[in-house]
Amino acid sequence: MDVTMRVNGFEHRLLLDPRVTLLDALRERIGLTGAKKGCDHGQCGACTVLVDGRRVLACLTLAAQAEGRDVTTVEGLASPDGALHPMQQAFIDHDAFQCGYCTPGQIMSAIGCVEEGHAETAADIREYMSGNLCRCAAYPNIVAAVEQAKPQMAGG
Amino acid sequence: MRPFAFERAPDAGAALRLASQASSGGTPARAPAQFLAGGTTMLDLMKLDVMRPERLVDINALAGPHGAIEADGKGLRLGALARMSAVADHPAVKREWPVVAQSLALAASAQLRNMASIGGNVLQRTRCAYFRDTSWIACNKRDPGSGCAALEGHNRLHAVLGTSEKCIASYPGDFAQALIALDATVELAGPKGSRSIPFAELHRLPGDTPEVETALRPDELITAFAVPALPWARRSLYLKVRDRESYAFAAASAAVALDMDGGRVREARIALGGVAAVPWRAREAEAALAGQELTEASAQRAAEAAFRGARTHGHNDFKPELGRRTLVRALLQAGRMEA
Repeated sequence: MDVTMRVNGFEHRLLLDPRVTLLDALRERIGLTGAKKGCDHGQCGACTVLVDGRRVLACLTLAAQAEGRDVTTVEGLASPDGALHPMQQAFIDHDAFQCGYCTPGQIMSAIGCVEEGHAETAADIREYMSGNLCRCAAYPNIVAAVEQAKPQMAGG
Repeated sequence: MRPFAFERAPDAGAALRLASQASSGGTPARAPAQFLAGGTTMLDLMKLDVMRPERLVDINALAGPHGAIEADGKGLRLGALARMSAVADHPAVKREWPVVAQSLALAASAQLRNMASIGGNVLQRTRCAYFRDTSWIACNKRDPGSGCAALEGHNRLHAVLGTSEKCIASYPGDFAQALIALDATVELAGPKGSRSIPFAELHRLPGDTPEVETALRPDELITAFAVPALPWARRSLYLKVRDRESYAFAAASAAVALDMDGGRVREARIALGGVAAVPWRAREAEAALAGQELTEASAQRAAEAAFRGARTHGHNDFKPELGRRTLVRALLQAGRMEA
């Protein structure tokens, strides 16, 4: 089937089997491998992307469901001049990762968390980021990164 | 994943037509045509080969007419395509029906709550590992007559109320407990028109036919939930006890709403999650509390009544006690609320 979606501002028209998930379309067809395939069952959050500005799991979304939608992946966050998104910079500043596998999902989820207004307190951040697992357990640094980026995002 | 046809329904009429055009057969919960909203359960179970639809009918375009959240003096009306997060964050729902908002906010993860519709949420399937893993032959819910591997297997998270010899799977959801406690109704659209039934009649006890999970016909669609106005539902909450602090299914949960006259309970509404085969209204516990002073002792008596019929299967022997403690804590906490 034909599926047209905008990914990081660019329109993509794809001919897909209906079984293809948004995650596989992004990684295997469009070549954006930032969103990761961890569990592929909606349990780990590594595949988190924004669809129309809301964080969702790309592994449990059919590509066909993204028809006509705006998809943002971690590759779409930095400015064209290379300046990082405040959340990306905050993850670096706070060393909010070790192996890095969950990081794109963490960053996309963290942006959603702030934009939803669920990053008012550290406890809130922990609760509303609970869908993103980090096997390296960088959680304290992730919370610190979100706290740093939050006011910068409001200003931006 | 097995091949399927993907269809987009522009409206409810088209959704029902597209569903009825698929071949019939299969158990009701495994009918050849399935509606797709958030897809968070459906795609998961299709990847596991538990669900094998020939046709998916995408109903997300119905969110316009069937996705609104309306709260006023007459009550709360929730369109079935409203997302879990939208209801959980709605200011009037949080204020007037806190148990509804909390049951959704404490479920799943933020991403899943952004995806999942509330109509799909109440239909989410059990997390019984033997149901989800098709390498196990025995699962009466998946393949009627094949047996129940959980009876002698790992049944730590299985139900202790409402089970049968055919199935001890627990109902995994949270929101449904809030709906059943508040006497909500569910609105259904079908090829023969619309009908409305008490939410309490939506889910079926497993009995001899655990594959029949609801009163929904295969070509029927949930369009809305209606929660009656209940001023004292401001004094309500959802308490969920889990193996980890967040993003887990309930080991035991309680949805409670209290109508208080000073320290005395005029009326209590109690539903239990994580411990039962279906969303579980604990009417015996409600009756035990009615007219009583709310104390730890009276809450304990209510909790004893709620679990009097519990049947455990080894690994889940802890559940009645955990369920009682959960309910006692929920009742005392609700009693202390300002409402």
